Amino acid sequence: MLEEVKEPLDPLATAEAWMEAGRKVAIATVVETWGSAPRPVGSHLVIDGDGHFEGSVSGGCVEGAVVAEAADVIAEGRPRMLEFGVADETAWRVGLSCGGRIRVYVEPLLG
Amino acid sequence: MDAASLKTLNRCRRERRAAVLLTDLESGASRVLVEGEAPEQPLREPVEKALRSGRSGTVEAGGRSYFLNVHLPPPRLVVIGAVHISQALAPMARIAGFDVRIVDPRTAFASPERFAGVRLQAVWPQEAFEESPLDAYTALAALTHDPKIDDPALTAALEAGCFYVGALGSRKTHAKRVERLTHSGLGAAAVARIHAPIGLAIGAASPAEIAVAILAQVIAALRSRGLEERGEAA
Repeated sequence: MLEEVKEPLDPLATAEAWMEAGRKVAIATVVETWGSAPRPVGSHLVIDGDGHFEGSVSGGCVEGAVVAEAADVIAEGRPRMLEFGVADETAWRVGLSCGGRIRVYVEPLLG
Repeated sequence: MDAASLKTLNRCRRERRAAVLLTDLESGASRVLVEGEAPEQPLREPVEKALRSGRSGTVEAGGRSYFLNVHLPPPRLVVIGAVHISQALAPMARIAGFDVRIVDPRTAFASPERFAGVRLQAVWPQEAFEESPLDAYTALAALTHDPKIDDPALTAALEAGCFYVGALGSRKTHAKRVERLTHSGLGAAAVARIHAPIGLAIGAASPAEIAVAILAQVIAALRSRGLEERGEAA
């Protein structure tokens, strides 16, 4: 029988491995995009209780904000919906510089 | 998502079975629907459509809002020939998301020392394909330069409708190959599907550079005429 090859850079496999190791995990998923969005619907970013993460929901523009929200999601044990876009100059820091808009669903991985 | 759903989903993905992760966006409850298991109404049509098109998205059904995340089998790359190019191609293709396997009946080439962590089948292509059949999610690159190994693999790949079929060799080598394959009964249109000389023309010189050229061509085939054809136009 052939050996199973570990998938590199696979967020859902990482989430399972983290869970098996007893780590708390949140899963963020792109559920909707408008305009030019860097990652397609269905893309995942997984985050553990210490802020380690794997995967992406954008080109790196909003991951920081999602990781911060994930800490709350893990603490509360309830999912939440986040929306990112470029509304004005001040929104640029946690928005998408490409001009698109995305909705990201962040949920706890329940044991 | 709950632990059981995540495990089921990851198992489907490992076993190359199409699946949909269905999440109720109000309650947060989720479950996995494996292809072939018909979900209850009113979700049947949206789930079947998602599986056909391969596209994830939110749907409204029965007054509730759901997110359907479709997981189709990852594209597979079958490399015929455990050669120097393959040693570079296998890890690159894996990082790019391909399920890679290498087939070469010559055990001196197909040794685990030369291909750590890669699925290696040290058997003839025909035997390898009996164990794990080629399909429309599969790309095949024939790299042995040896007609008695490459030709049957190329024939099988064309017959199985692999989304990419490529063969290493100069134009002269390929002209002879076309002659052999045509003589063996393959149609002109099928033979014309073989990418040869293999790889995008980027002036690749080293084995690793040739691997980049091959991988780029496989990706181009996947994204331009690949799996989307199964469903409606993108």
